[in-house]
Amino acid sequence: MLAKRNPTLFYLQRIGFYVLVILIAFYLLFPFLWAVLTSFRRGGDLFLVPSKFILAPSTISNYVTVFNNPQFQHAFLLSLVVAAGSVALSLLIGTLAAYALGRFRFKGKSMILYIILAVSVFPQIAVLGGLYTVVQASGTYNNPVALIFSYLIFTIPFTVWVLTSFVRDIPGELEEASLVDGATPLQTLFLVLFPVMMPALVTTGLLAFINCWNEYLFALTFTSSNRTIPPVIANFSGASQFDQPWGPIMAASIVVTVPLIALVLIFQRNIVSGLTAGAVKG
Amino acid sequence: MTTQSTVTPNNAPVSRKGIEAARARQAIWFLLPTLIAIALVAGYPLYRTIYYSLFEANLTNPDQAKFVGLHNFWFTTEDGIGIGFLQDPKWWQSVQNTLLFTVVSVFLETVFGMIIALVVNSNFKGRAFMRTAMLIPWAIPTVVSAQMWTYMYNDSFGLIGRGVLGGRALLADSSSAIWAMIAVDVWKTTSFMALLILAGLQSLPSDMYEAADMDGASKWTQFWRMTLPLLRPALLVALVFRSLDALRVFDIMYVMLGANNAATTSMTGYARLALIDNQLLGSGSAVAVAIFVIIMAIVVAYVTAFRVKFD
Repeated sequence: MLAKRNPTLFYLQRIGFYVLVILIAFYLLFPFLWAVLTSFRRGGDLFLVPSKFILAPSTISNYVTVFNNPQFQHAFLLSLVVAAGSVALSLLIGTLAAYALGRFRFKGKSMILYIILAVSVFPQIAVLGGLYTVVQASGTYNNPVALIFSYLIFTIPFTVWVLTSFVRDIPGELEEASLVDGATPLQTLFLVLFPVMMPALVTTGLLAFINCWNEYLFALTFTSSNRTIPPVIANFSGASQFDQPWGPIMAASIVVTVPLIALVLIFQRNIVSGLTAGAVKG
Repeated sequence: MTTQSTVTPNNAPVSRKGIEAARARQAIWFLLPTLIAIALVAGYPLYRTIYYSLFEANLTNPDQAKFVGLHNFWFTTEDGIGIGFLQDPKWWQSVQNTLLFTVVSVFLETVFGMIIALVVNSNFKGRAFMRTAMLIPWAIPTVVSAQMWTYMYNDSFGLIGRGVLGGRALLADSSSAIWAMIAVDVWKTTSFMALLILAGLQSLPSDMYEAADMDGASKWTQFWRMTLPLLRPALLVALVFRSLDALRVFDIMYVMLGANNAATTSMTGYARLALIDNQLLGSGSAVAVAIFVIIMAIVVAYVTAFRVKFD
């Protein structure tokens, strides 16, 4: 309507809109791009003023430092093991619970849903001391097993909630047909529903994986030498520099972030739906 | 959940009750692993934390605990020295900073998230790119973004610390550090807010806006009278989740400020310093219990005040 009456105003609005778009893109991306740029600069060049810093020669020496750092290699591997272990465990347990909560009718169901929801708003610090004594008593201090189990505190509520809302949306005929054919509920779940749930499992698993990959408080507290990526990045010191080695720190940060960004971009659509199922619906 | 009656239509009246009862029994078995896991990683440790909050105990030797009642919370010795954490000004400073952090960052995230979501929801060239760009800050691990921003705030290398502020050490001064933390959190989680709001926007019916256009309602009026009220449920749930996350904040303070300064900027940082760094299992547990109570009270307040539905 505006466009027909006043073309100048229309174009001004259009320009204003694109200025806003560029501002937003700059705000969202710039800090990351600056970190990427820093990771390709030599230590001595970090002192340069920005205009010269941008044009300084690139080097991959920071990445060489990071990949040759045994602590970093160890942490990377450990993070993979811990995150994968915790996700696998929570998906297995969570699917069973989601099936019961989404498809069965029984007393106390909403009670259980509320307990699970309450756990998802738990401040991790509230269990830190108690969990520490349990970890110590069970002899799993500094053992990845302690992290795999302790991460269930946030992966389980999340997987159960998202999968329950997904299971509810599966047409009931599928399950009925299988039950009529004489399959047990366990068979129905794993042979009939599981394949249908694949997209939801991938999405939930991925989001849970990201959470485990990022977890800092438990990783910092329950391990000393067997550290995952976040505590290692937080204390990263390059080969033998006395000052904060920002080049290698940024390189290490980029290395642990790029796989995540790649996964997120590949599964973009699923992630948005997974997040909204997990957060908006519950 | 009305599917059971159609399972065996011929003898439904006879077996329906039996099937229902059988399924109810089966459900327990399916739920058992989850319930056990929750009891092990949440229930029992929480019980231990509450238990130790009433004891004077050391982390290295938790078995030699001495019952002291509520002394970890509030106790004044004969010499008039307050040793309960509620008597520690540092605790109250951490509470104040956490509340400031939560209110300001969640407010800014909501406003920026709304702007970004409205922009991305409209039709323009490069929309697909923006949707992708939106995900990037969210996908970056918190510890990594903390390091990125520490570098940018650095007074001799950083773009902000050296370039914009001319060599001022922003993080060294506690009054400016909290605002620096807010800036990091807003950058990191505005995307998340924008994503949730965008999902809400896309579920709004477009013909409603066409009708409003026909009636001559301005975009401004449409936003305040239609978009915002309809977005309310999605917005509220996003707000609850973001506020709770902000209240539990730990990573960015601990990485960017170190253990000691983190203890005066976040409640979680204060608790961890007492519990792990100082090894005071009893006193630290008492702080953890207080945080748990505060957060649960806020959850209950939110849920009842806004009648948030989670189903």
